[in-house]
Amino acid sequence: MSEAVLRIENLRTYFHSTDGPVRAVDGVSFELRPGETLGIVGESGCGKSITCLSVLRLIDPPGRIEPGSAIWLRDRNLMNEPEAALRQVRGNQVSMIFQEPLSSLNPVWTIGEQIAEAVRLHRKAGSAEARARAVEMLRLVGIPDPEQSVNSYPHQFSGGMRQRAMIAMALACDPAVLLADEPTTALDVTIQAQILELLANLQRTLGMAMIFVSHDLGVIAEIADRVIVMYAGQVVERGTTDELFRDPKHPYTEGLLRSIPRVTQKLRRLAVIPGSVPSPRSWPPACRFHPRCPYAWERCRSEAPPLAAHERAGRCWLDSEPERRVAGAWDALGGREAQA
Amino acid sequence: MKRPWPRPDGDAGSALIEVRDLTKHFPIRSGVFGRTVGQIRAVDGVSFQVRRGETLALVGESGSGKTTAALSLLRLMEPTAGVVTFDGQNALTLDRPGLKRLRRKAQIIFQDPFASLNPRLTVGTMLREILHVHGLARGAAAEARVGELLALVGLHAADAMRYPHQFSGGQRQRIGIARALAVEPEFIIADEPVSALDVSVQAQVLNLLADLQRNLHLTYLFITHDLSVVRQIADRVAVMYLGRVVETGRCESLFESPRHPYTRALLAAVPVPEVRRTRSRVLLSGDIASPANPPPGCPFHPRCPHPDKDEICRTAVPGLRDVGGAGQAACHKA
Repeated sequence: MSEAVLRIENLRTYFHSTDGPVRAVDGVSFELRPGETLGIVGESGCGKSITCLSVLRLIDPPGRIEPGSAIWLRDRNLMNEPEAALRQVRGNQVSMIFQEPLSSLNPVWTIGEQIAEAVRLHRKAGSAEARARAVEMLRLVGIPDPEQSVNSYPHQFSGGMRQRAMIAMALACDPAVLLADEPTTALDVTIQAQILELLANLQRTLGMAMIFVSHDLGVIAEIADRVIVMYAGQVVERGTTDELFRDPKHPYTEGLLRSIPRVTQKLRRLAVIPGSVPSPRSWPPACRFHPRCPYAWERCRSEAPPLAAHERAGRCWLDSEPERRVAGAWDALGGREAQA
Repeated sequence: MKRPWPRPDGDAGSALIEVRDLTKHFPIRSGVFGRTVGQIRAVDGVSFQVRRGETLALVGESGSGKTTAALSLLRLMEPTAGVVTFDGQNALTLDRPGLKRLRRKAQIIFQDPFASLNPRLTVGTMLREILHVHGLARGAAAEARVGELLALVGLHAADAMRYPHQFSGGQRQRIGIARALAVEPEFIIADEPVSALDVSVQAQVLNLLADLQRNLHLTYLFITHDLSVVRQIADRVAVMYLGRVVETGRCESLFESPRHPYTRALLAAVPVPEVRRTRSRVLLSGDIASPANPPPGCPFHPRCPHPDKDEICRTAVPGLRDVGGAGQAACHKA
């Protein structure tokens, strides 16, 4: 196993309000290896996007990355770096792309200027060289007629083209790590397919490592090598994509997989996870999933399960008492559906 | 839970709604005098039937015209041309009282339940208002009916006292459904009803819609961009592209053997949450064209990967033709 390019240890990002801390990310650890894609999957409010932003320390007050969190980029702990050093990291060694490209692009600058800016800043390139790099990047991400497109403004691009331009900008300085936060969520499915293909190809040719954040298990299955599942600010399951989709350990992952409709077949009835996603203001005590879990017993309500340090792990007491995973538990939930 | 609902007249399987050549163009205005300089052809000659008791899914990507078509159907938007008959009656020529009667039979559920609920009204007040406007119940009877409607969608009678912001996304969508059911409709348009919900909550609402359909003999027009949802809930499907229906057929046969190249590409593009298989993916190049400036000939031809694509595709608009198995496709090469 090669050395991790990025290692997150016990990341806690809290937002401090008058009603006490909102524990958006609450003790997340993972590592990212060179050249791999790590999928982070979870629903709204689970902390996946805040995790991503925390990696680049893009958290503004009242948010704060709590002491004791570590963000290792190779052998540097970004938690100990001053802001000036972080600016050398952002967009250079670690880049990020977002869900909504239009709100991340400057409307009064041409696409080319925005790509060139990063190159000039981080690579100390001259303007002609930076512009040539912008054209090269646009060609790389499949934007037609790059010599002309480099002079276009963001509004002249379609949604898919804008996301391509964002990717060109993010990759212009050959980052070691790309953070992709729901980059295809706002796109139509045929355009999403193009962007996923593009990202996978670019990763292969450029050899960068990628963190891909999504709520969509289908997208994650397609793009990720390894996956972490987040629920209520914590990692609840970790494994390779194959392991996770073939044999989910955590009841939350299992419930999600049973409840989503498939384009490949009609299910007799969708399983239901009762209730709704908890609020980061008040995570449930002990196991944070227990109020929605069909297997939950006394221990789950009184004692928080740990996440083992193994490559393949689930944060669940079923690990030590597997006989409690009874068949049919999800079907028996039918009656509880109504209270959700 | 099961309430003796007035069973709709007519046989199951006969057409409840018939749409013929529905067209909706929006003028593009420009300059100080607002001269019309062009037309956005949002819906361009769409025809389909919705049969009693079935779910027809209208599926397409953004800009395909699916929502415009549905809103025109209820005359929440006035269509430019076409015929819509509801239970044998022409819906496009109704006067105001006629329209009110239509809207007792036909209701709509929106994507964003929060945006479509009045934040200042408790759920109970909102439902009572509907019952009152349509002269369905007053006083104690209205009170009882509100409790019944909430139970029908899996909420508690006590929820009537609460305001929309006090509910989760899934519960709000349940309220949206209760509101639609208040007038005892036969027909419900569901416009992306689960798209804004968390993944773990979508199944609750999809199952609820399926149960209500069975128990109350409802007919659904389900509008969505999500083909996995379509496969789960639809009996028949109409696929839209650039304001036209390009393929229609029974759900199973359309998913198993799609005939239109767009349908094929659309199905292949949907990511599947399963252990990775090698997939033969038809990757479409380019973007959906603008409905303000649709390409001549087949609206799909600039992106079409069909190997036999030729001059006729570039010049002639294909009509829907039978392709076997009760399906139709608008493709010269299908």
